[in-house]
Amino acid sequence: MTRRRDRITEALWAYAFIAPIALGLGVFYLWPVLQTAYFSFTEWGAFGGHEWSGADNYVRLIHDSEVGRALVNTISYTVLGLVSIPLAVVFAALLNRKMRGAGVYRTLFFLPVVTMPVAVAMVWRWLYNGDYGLINYLLSLAGIDGPNWIADPATALYALVVIGIWSSLGYNLIIFLAGMQAIPAEYYEAAALDGAGPVRQFFRITLPLLSPTAFFVSVISVIGSLQLFDLVFVIAGSGASARANPAYPRLQTVVALFYDRAFVTNERGYAAAIVMVLLLIIAALTLVQFRLQRRWVHYA
Amino acid sequence: MRTFMRVGAALLAAGLALSGCSGGDGDDDGEADGNVTLTYAVWDQNQKAAMQELAADFTRTHPTTTIDVQLTPWEGYWTKLKAAATGGAAPDVFWMNGPNFQLYAANGVIAPNAEQADMSVYPKPLVDLYTYEGKNFGLPKDMDTVGVWFNKKLFDAKKVPYPKDGWTWADFQDAAAELTDAKTGVFGVGAPLSSFQEYQYDTIAQAGGFVISPDGKKSGYDDPKTIAGLKFWTDLIANKHSPDLKTMTDTVPLQLFEAGKLAMYWGGSWNVGEFTGNDYTKDKVDVAPLPKGEKQATIIHGVANVVGAKSEHPKQAWEFVKYLGSKPAADILGKKGPIPAYEGTQSDWVKAHPDLNLQTFLDAVDYAVPYPVSKNTAAWNEAELTHLTKAWSGEQPVDRAATDLAKTMNDLLAKE
Repeated sequence: MTRRRDRITEALWAYAFIAPIALGLGVFYLWPVLQTAYFSFTEWGAFGGHEWSGADNYVRLIHDSEVGRALVNTISYTVLGLVSIPLAVVFAALLNRKMRGAGVYRTLFFLPVVTMPVAVAMVWRWLYNGDYGLINYLLSLAGIDGPNWIADPATALYALVVIGIWSSLGYNLIIFLAGMQAIPAEYYEAAALDGAGPVRQFFRITLPLLSPTAFFVSVISVIGSLQLFDLVFVIAGSGASARANPAYPRLQTVVALFYDRAFVTNERGYAAAIVMVLLLIIAALTLVQFRLQRRWVHYA
Repeated sequence: MRTFMRVGAALLAAGLALSGCSGGDGDDDGEADGNVTLTYAVWDQNQKAAMQELAADFTRTHPTTTIDVQLTPWEGYWTKLKAAATGGAAPDVFWMNGPNFQLYAANGVIAPNAEQADMSVYPKPLVDLYTYEGKNFGLPKDMDTVGVWFNKKLFDAKKVPYPKDGWTWADFQDAAAELTDAKTGVFGVGAPLSSFQEYQYDTIAQAGGFVISPDGKKSGYDDPKTIAGLKFWTDLIANKHSPDLKTMTDTVPLQLFEAGKLAMYWGGSWNVGEFTGNDYTKDKVDVAPLPKGEKQATIIHGVANVVGAKSEHPKQAWEFVKYLGSKPAADILGKKGPIPAYEGTQSDWVKAHPDLNLQTFLDAVDYAVPYPVSKNTAAWNEAELTHLTKAWSGEQPVDRAATDLAKTMNDLLAKE
């Protein structure tokens, strides 16, 4: 009897300890998700107040070419942004050696991660300026007339991808570095005894044993990229100033469209439907990633 | 188990205490001793000092009321205000503009005036702009018209005579051509899409076209004269007398003008503070009336001070709005800010910068046309950009983009 009471007490203590975080999660994450799901079936007035509108928002969504365009942009950005992963592996391998100034390099790579995204986007905006930007100035020294990077539909999305890769590289790199340092040195010693050179060691030992890390990083970056907003908001703006940019059709992401509908034109119900679609896409892609991992991830 | 209960109770109590504390902040503005703080939301950095001076002056005569001037830059002003109003937390007093007015009035976010004020002291187009279903909302604060700001140094360099009263579209186009110099990267003028008030709406009126029918039910964008007003600008871009849309997206015309890269800039009377404060432009600019098309026209607009319908201090808020709409307030405003709306107080505004031909903006009131608005202006404002961007970037001919726009706009107006 007492043992059973002890067990109950123990369980209650455990719940008491997770209660603060569980409450926070419930109030600030789960409840809003449920509310948003409900709102996606409602129509809102300009200043709040909503009424049930059935599937109207979803019907409109299917016929809205802007939604399709935003999805294409978001998925292109996400796929192109995956380049960051092999890049991070290469740089992590280069930094995972005894070398002078390794700490300095690691700091330099990590700096963009801890810099405010808004500040990052502002600086890149100046760099990308067609007439007065540093990038086009350097190109002009080589006799090249650079484009208006973020105002030209042909380059705008790629310009965004470059910023995305640059700012996430440090984060991915640190995780890969940690993954590499968790690989036991004996494997490399044994391989060296068998006559494997550094390149072969990298492909035969480092890469397979890094696959769990790579899996984690790929899941995190896909989810992050699909939710891209802050960069677009600062680079292109929102509302009128964004729409006067001829490249905006190539810059508008799903979350940026959500923002326009929720906060600029005040169609909150429709905006909720847009993010519900995004939620489903993220869930589906993450599920696919978890299924696929069985084929390529090796847990040591 | 007992220990658990005790700790649980302690946690609960702590939680209640915390929420109790935060709940107490809400009404802590010292009402007990009769003192009231009103929030006053504005969007113009250049006018912030003048607004604070007005607020201080009001507190001198109303010692129990202090005003907290809250500046939100234009880019975020309406988004923030809408979110605040939705949450029932709109400022007590705030700036209102024409495009947003009907939406706010129709949804009961702003309060009709508590008593009948003398509206005859303000220009009639502005009083009409802020009338909804026969009721006046707030009082006009200022007014603005549009003119051509020009860089005298660039005119002198090309020996082009300065613009004169009564000049025409053809004169303007010739001047733009002569002032453009590919070698130095100077353009005659910028033809942006970012603010229709100083560009598209003016030329549409000058060409004899219209944006929206007087009953607010029909778009004018498929009218050939309206299209002529748009073509005025796209021709300037096509002839390379204006930078292209991409360049103006990277660097807005205001920045280009202040860097000596544009010889002319269509701007409002509100730009006086900007151009007299800027180190480059302060001794190089002057202003002329807009050129004449089929007729002479400029858009007139003005900001009004309105009272939030949910203000906890409606009496004090209305007193403050009345003060802001009074002659003494207009006198203060005219020395430092835009043109005051109050009749007869404008001469100080003109005299503040004797070296500039500011009388131009006042003379323009005679031939000014009202700013085009409807109940949900924001919806078709977005459509204007979505369609006209295609014409401005050269992707579509102007008439095609404008006709498509008219169709979209008519659909939106039907839904209002």
